[in-house]
Amino acid sequence: MMAPGDPSSLIPEIALLLGAVTGLLLGAWTPRRRQWIVRGLAAVAAGVGLAATAVAANRPPDVVFGTYVLDTATHATRAIVLVALLLLLALCGDTVAGHRRETEFVVLLQLGALGSMLLGGAADLILLFAAFLLASVPLYALTGWSKQGTAPEAALKYYLAGALAGVVTAAGVTLLFAVSGATGYDALAAELTRGPAAVASVGLVAVLAGLAFKAGAVPAHFWVPDVSDGTPPAVAAVVTTLPKIGAVVAMARLLEAAIPPVVVDWPLLVAVLAALSMTVGNLAAFAQTSVLRLLGYSTVSQVGYLLMGVAVAGRTGRAEPALLFYLAAYAVTNVAAFAVAAATGRRTLAGHRGLARRDPVLAVALVVALLGLVGTPPTAVFLGKLTVFSAAVDGGFAWLAVLAAVNTVASLFYYLRWVAPVFRDPVDDADTAVMRTRGWARDTAIGAAALSVLLGVAGGVVLTAFGSVT
Amino acid sequence: MLSVIVFLPVVVAAAITVLPARLGTRCFAGAWVATGLAQLVLVAVVWSALPGTGYGAVERVEWIPSAGISYHLGVDGLSLPLLALVAVVFTAAAMYTLRGVDRPKSYVLLFLALQAVSAGLFVALDLILFFLFFDLSIVFMYFVIAGWGTGAPARRAALTFFLYTFLGSLALLLGFILLALAADRPSFDIPTLAQQNPLGGGGTYAALTLLAIGIGLAVKTPVFPFHTWLPPAHTEAPAAGSAILAGILLKMGTYGFVRIAMPLLPATWRQFAMVVVVVGVVSVIWGALVALAQTDLKRMIAYTSINHMGYVLLGLGAAGMVAGSGEQARQLATAGATYQMVSHGLITAALFLLAGSLHERGHTYAIDAYGGLATRTPRFAGLFAVAAFASLGLPGFSGFIAEFQIFTGALGAAPVATVIAVTGVLLTAAVFLLVMGRMLAGPVRVPDGPGTPRPFADLSVSELLAIVPLLAGATVLGLAPRVVLDVIEPAARVLNDFLAR
Repeated sequence: MMAPGDPSSLIPEIALLLGAVTGLLLGAWTPRRRQWIVRGLAAVAAGVGLAATAVAANRPPDVVFGTYVLDTATHATRAIVLVALLLLLALCGDTVAGHRRETEFVVLLQLGALGSMLLGGAADLILLFAAFLLASVPLYALTGWSKQGTAPEAALKYYLAGALAGVVTAAGVTLLFAVSGATGYDALAAELTRGPAAVASVGLVAVLAGLAFKAGAVPAHFWVPDVSDGTPPAVAAVVTTLPKIGAVVAMARLLEAAIPPVVVDWPLLVAVLAALSMTVGNLAAFAQTSVLRLLGYSTVSQVGYLLMGVAVAGRTGRAEPALLFYLAAYAVTNVAAFAVAAATGRRTLAGHRGLARRDPVLAVALVVALLGLVGTPPTAVFLGKLTVFSAAVDGGFAWLAVLAAVNTVASLFYYLRWVAPVFRDPVDDADTAVMRTRGWARDTAIGAAALSVLLGVAGGVVLTAFGSVT
Repeated sequence: MLSVIVFLPVVVAAAITVLPARLGTRCFAGAWVATGLAQLVLVAVVWSALPGTGYGAVERVEWIPSAGISYHLGVDGLSLPLLALVAVVFTAAAMYTLRGVDRPKSYVLLFLALQAVSAGLFVALDLILFFLFFDLSIVFMYFVIAGWGTGAPARRAALTFFLYTFLGSLALLLGFILLALAADRPSFDIPTLAQQNPLGGGGTYAALTLLAIGIGLAVKTPVFPFHTWLPPAHTEAPAAGSAILAGILLKMGTYGFVRIAMPLLPATWRQFAMVVVVVGVVSVIWGALVALAQTDLKRMIAYTSINHMGYVLLGLGAAGMVAGSGEQARQLATAGATYQMVSHGLITAALFLLAGSLHERGHTYAIDAYGGLATRTPRFAGLFAVAAFASLGLPGFSGFIAEFQIFTGALGAAPVATVIAVTGVLLTAAVFLLVMGRMLAGPVRVPDGPGTPRPFADLSVSELLAIVPLLAGATVLGLAPRVVLDVIEPAARVLNDFLAR
């Protein structure tokens, strides 16, 4: 069953795994205040992974172990996950440094990243499910990491939603296997057309529900605001960034490679999910007064835009590079926004009053991140939106592009609700004295915001890299 | 060369960020004035080297080749006058700022950024580059209105402005995507698209594209019924902000019509030219009538802007209606519309700066609060009268040349519409004459603050340095229009050739 494979083609994955295992052992023997070594090790592992990805990206596409695809999408997923991991490692600096469970945080983070990466490359339902679990379980634990305030509640909610999603996914995998007698995507595509289409549709919808949970998309988005508001901002940034990357790529790959549209009209299904995600996320974000809940709903709407790219996957050559680029842009910009929340330590919109006066550079980073999420040029998300919109129009979903544009304007309302108080004068000194901005998170916010602009301006290079090697 | 013109303000802005904020207005505004003057010199150099046909000073670098996007700059007779207008109006705003402003450092930084994106928009030859500058102008202007307007109404006005114009910009983006996808090989390059004319056949796809682009530009212009964001934005913005908003940002909409909508969608433009003419005429009359009803000077000027932008649309729409035989008429209408953009930019900027000076002294824009200013502040009164006469289109000023050309060009194609539009001139004349009568003549009346009456001083030197050149420009363009028309006309001819395909 298993095709021969070369383990060296999995260096990025192996580096993460080794980094996690070594970190766990090392952390057990390291005094608490020197546990930053574990974080350093994780960063080195990510660096090695990035270098290996860069090398691997120059090779022709391949399938290893019969189940894992090495193509542009996988390389891009690896690169995006690893860059996001580096940013998140920097972001968590203030939260975890010297903490009792610093090592656990870093190890769980790495394992979650590994799961997300595997999701992106999986070309077999069983591997997909394994990756789903690997991308989920460490993050449940991470959500409950802080043990303070509402974090245990958020973790429980996340876990319960995830357990349900896991069961549904497993059922979906079983149904698809029952219809086709295969788990590999190629075999699935060939066999599905012969079996009963209704069963296949149910199975597909079940698997998609699981992936939608990972991506935080409608209809499995209920956990997003609670988790992002219930945990420290650093954790919220992890949970809303990392799993999405793998889940969205996995969705696109599964649908394009394994499900013939004649069996299930999945482009329309995904288009509807995209429309619902962006609209529901935006409408729910309007009334929020907590920045983290607001950002949580904003990530739901962002997944809607991402799903536009999934809906036209395979219909137009523009879909894949657009989707991957949007993912990269989203990851960087989303981390920047959460990093600002982490840096100010304020959870409400009103609490950000006077930020521009206290820390103008951070305020500019926030504006760049929020307008970036809106899609204002020259930030990366603009280019992402441009390419995704183009792909949607090209793939015959012009109505979706129009809806997305309307949604974008609607999203301005709540992003500006956060920008406005930042530039207002502080209410009184007592109020602002509490607001000290923190080092690691602040630097991450500024770095990620700068990266978002850089990615937008130099997008040509990245887009070519995502589009040319196929 | 064009890159230098566009990014010079950015470089200066970057240099300013390292200076401490306590240096004061003079330092920052001084740097801004110097930037504007330098830009003006550079524009003059480009002007002197403009080729007879085609684009001058072209720069092109591949930017995002896989999506058909390039960094493509260039000027022709349609964009060069507007580029010069950017330099002139921003320099005037800088002069005006010399007299002092709250938080000068961030103020000047924002305006320098606005100056860069405004200059960039008029020289962009790539749709995405155009969109980039278009969108950034909204962002920076939002912060100007929200940051230097007064209190909660300013924030509301800024939000309204942002939402409306951003909605417009997204419609524009969709239109651009539709245009780019229609080409043989997806491309956002304006000259390439004009050459290929992918939507020359018309049809539903082309109509939807023009609808998207048209809505986007109409909001920015603004024309009736998309104008509701404009009066509050103008009223709440600081004087220099209003001057830039009306003088430059509104032109981004009308410029988009001549640069993008007309040459890239010629058949559809001809098909729907009547709609454009009607929208233009409605804006003319509506703007003038509502202006007549205003008691607030700044709102009144804002509504006359809607009126004046209506003439531009009338001219451009008429150019699409004139059949192949009406070469001359089409030429007149297009050139007149472009001329009107420049003329209105100068005059309305001067009017808004004058209104700002008045507010500085009286702390209100209420027209009724002032009277007999001709005796108390003769310099203000004189300049206000000149600006008012220029704005209502008196012969000798640039507005007359522009409107005369538009009417002459449009008369053959849309006689009824043109006749209706001409009454708009009468209405604006009434508006300005009434206001002048109430504010400048009669017994002296200035608003009283609580307590002792304040001295009501005449215009200061920096205010004069800002306003006089603008009005002098409007006069020169009125007396010697060939200076600019010689540049506009060849480009208008090229545009009309595209339109006639």
